Amino acid sequence: MAGAFWCVVEDDRKGRPKKVMSEVLGEATRLGGPAEALWLTDKATDEGLKQLGEWGATKIWLLEHAALAPYRGEVWVGAVAELAAEESPRAIFGPVTSRLRELLARLAARLGVGLAADAVAFAKDGDRLVATRPVYAGKLLSKLTWARSPWIATLRPNVFRPAEAQAGRTAPVERPGVKMPEAQMRFVERREEVSTGLPELTEAEIVLSGGRGMKGPENYVILEEMGAVIGAAVGASRAAVDAGWRPHRFQIGQTGRTISPKLYMGFGVSGAIQHLAGMRTSKVIVAVNKDSEAPIFKIADYGIVADLFEVVPELTKEFKRLLEK
Amino acid sequence: MKILVAVKQVPDTATQVKIGADPRAIDTAGITWIVSPYDEFAVEEALRIKEKRGQAEVVAVSLGPERAKEALRACLAMGCDRAIHVNDPALAEADTLATARALAAVAKQEAPQLVLCGRQAIDDDMGAVPAQLADLLGWPCASWIMEETIDVDGKSIRVARQVEGGLEVFDLPLPAVLTAQKGLNEPRYPTLKGIMGAKKKEIKDLKAADLGVAAEPPQLSVVALEALPPRPPGRIIQGDVPTAVKELVRALREEAKAI
Ligand SMILES: Cc1cc2nc3c(=O)[nH]c(=O)nc-3n(C[C@H](O)[C@H](O)[C@H](O)COP(=O)(O)OP(=O)(O)OC[C@H]3O[C@@H](n4cnc5c(N)ncnc54)[C@H](O)[C@@H]3O)c2cc1C
Ligand SMILES: Nc1ncnc2c1ncn2[C@@H]1O[C@H](COP(=O)(O)O)[C@@H](O)[C@H]1O
Repeated sequence: MAGAFWCVVEDDRKGRPKKVMSEVLGEATRLGGPAEALWLTDKATDEGLKQLGEWGATKIWLLEHAALAPYRGEVWVGAVAELAAEESPRAIFGPVTSRLRELLARLAARLGVGLAADAVAFAKDGDRLVATRPVYAGKLLSKLTWARSPWIATLRPNVFRPAEAQAGRTAPVERPGVKMPEAQMRFVERREEVSTGLPELTEAEIVLSGGRGMKGPENYVILEEMGAVIGAAVGASRAAVDAGWRPHRFQIGQTGRTISPKLYMGFGVSGAIQHLAGMRTSKVIVAVNKDSEAPIFKIADYGIVADLFEVVPELTKEFKRLLEK
Repeated sequence: MKILVAVKQVPDTATQVKIGADPRAIDTAGITWIVSPYDEFAVEEALRIKEKRGQAEVVAVSLGPERAKEALRACLAMGCDRAIHVNDPALAEADTLATARALAAVAKQEAPQLVLCGRQAIDDDMGAVPAQLADLLGWPCASWIMEETIDVDGKSIRVARQVEGGLEVFDLPLPAVLTAQKGLNEPRYPTLKGIMGAKKKEIKDLKAADLGVAAEPPQLSVVALEALPPRPPGRIIQGDVPTAVKELVRALREEAKAI
């Protein structure tokens, strides 16, 4: 079957693709490719274009236009749909991010095809593609297939093996002329979050999560200190969020963020089913809880039954020692 | 003004779900059903808009089997004025696109100024129906909203949507589709009076034919549901805190290669 795998680029809004694109391009290449990047931006950088080539994009479709920032689904979808109608890609992938999850849903409706959101695996089955995605809060996996192409899917970050970057590999850049639809919604402002200086929760390779066992908002500083040492994001359980200790954007779980880091460490988190829903695809799970019966120990790879207020400072010290070596 | 709220009935978050005799669906025996939590935020927000404006009609709509009436009844008990139940076995295998098409047909019949949805339904966790609905209607859509203010004329709405690193604020002309994120509000509990009153409110049944939508084969279909692969058994690290912590760091470094 002909047609490319398009990988819609998520960037840092400053002209550089995010690292998660190496995962999307990597998977598209493994599925047989060709993996082509489709980048919608108001301003691309040479460095960004180079990066996409090094991650294995065989071609870059660059739609560069002032109307594309900030993201508005109604503008983006028209531009991508027009190009897709001309080029007939076999698949259209993107990472799960606030804009691409909406864009690709909208695009699937525009093109009248299926969408598999938040996929964690793909397999080829003859001429078909089968996607695997968690359902029922990650209690089961669902395997899905499309009636026809383009197969549209969003990919959960940190799950797919990133492409090996090859220095010096470049991709031809094509700048197709497409019509930018008129926007109905009008941008007013962007309100930045107070930066914690730590990585974004859904992108972080390591996540520290503090639950009700943290006892109060003032104690999160000990997790932030550890986070600063190992480059981890700090999240929370719903009990901690509902108590007003952390803003909701830090909540992990069924009614919060879904994360899939290389390493998740829960401190004073019991491991309620709704919390597990948001982190059970983490590669390595560590639990620190003083109750040896806490359900989180059932899915933890490593557990310490102890008071977190004794463990955390010790652990920070030990990580510091390790990383200084 | 008229507000349409799309709600889905889903298994309670604490329910164990098991694969059914047909491996493409869950075994529904013994499941407690609830209104998807994000849809409750949407219902609550619609009711608040109505209360603030002094008048508005809030209509809850759900596509689902007969039992979905309980979810609609719960929305009526919260304060919705009436409900529409798209209740047709021909739509039993509806994927998000087919669902969006049916809801778009309802929206065309009802002509609301606003459609409120949840950020995602917590059974399929797709988060796709609202954007698809907006696209089919040609309306603007703002996903994951944390705040909203509708202008006095009911002509446009200002929303703050959650994105990576902050909030983005937009003005949307109405009609528009919005999806509720947690944090938008705290849904109310139905009062006894609300529950009693809900029994008298109308739930209209609609079939696919009433909406002019054809039951079509889904664009995305389930091949099978599978249990999660078991995680390798874990290990509780023994010893006093300093010893256990040293061993943990060693294991994370050398065995798990996670640090
Ligand atoms: C519809 C719905 C949606 C939900 N969505 C979410 C969600 O998205 N995310 C989420 O997290 N929850 C969610 N929940 C809530 C969930 O059911 C739990 O109530 C919540 O996860 C509990 O948080 P916790 O583990 O911090 O608190 P608890 O369950 O109270 O656990 C605290 C733990 O800390 C331990 N502890 C206390 N002190 C110490 C100490 N000094 N040292 C070490 N350990 C200590 C205790 O032993 C205990 O295990 C949801 C619930 C519902 C009904
Ligand atoms: N069957 C349905 N009936 C009514 N509304 C629905 C239905 N399915 C999805 N929705 C709406 O669309 C939102 C997102 O659903 P989903 O795309 O399935 O995650 C839900 O929170 C509802 O507001």
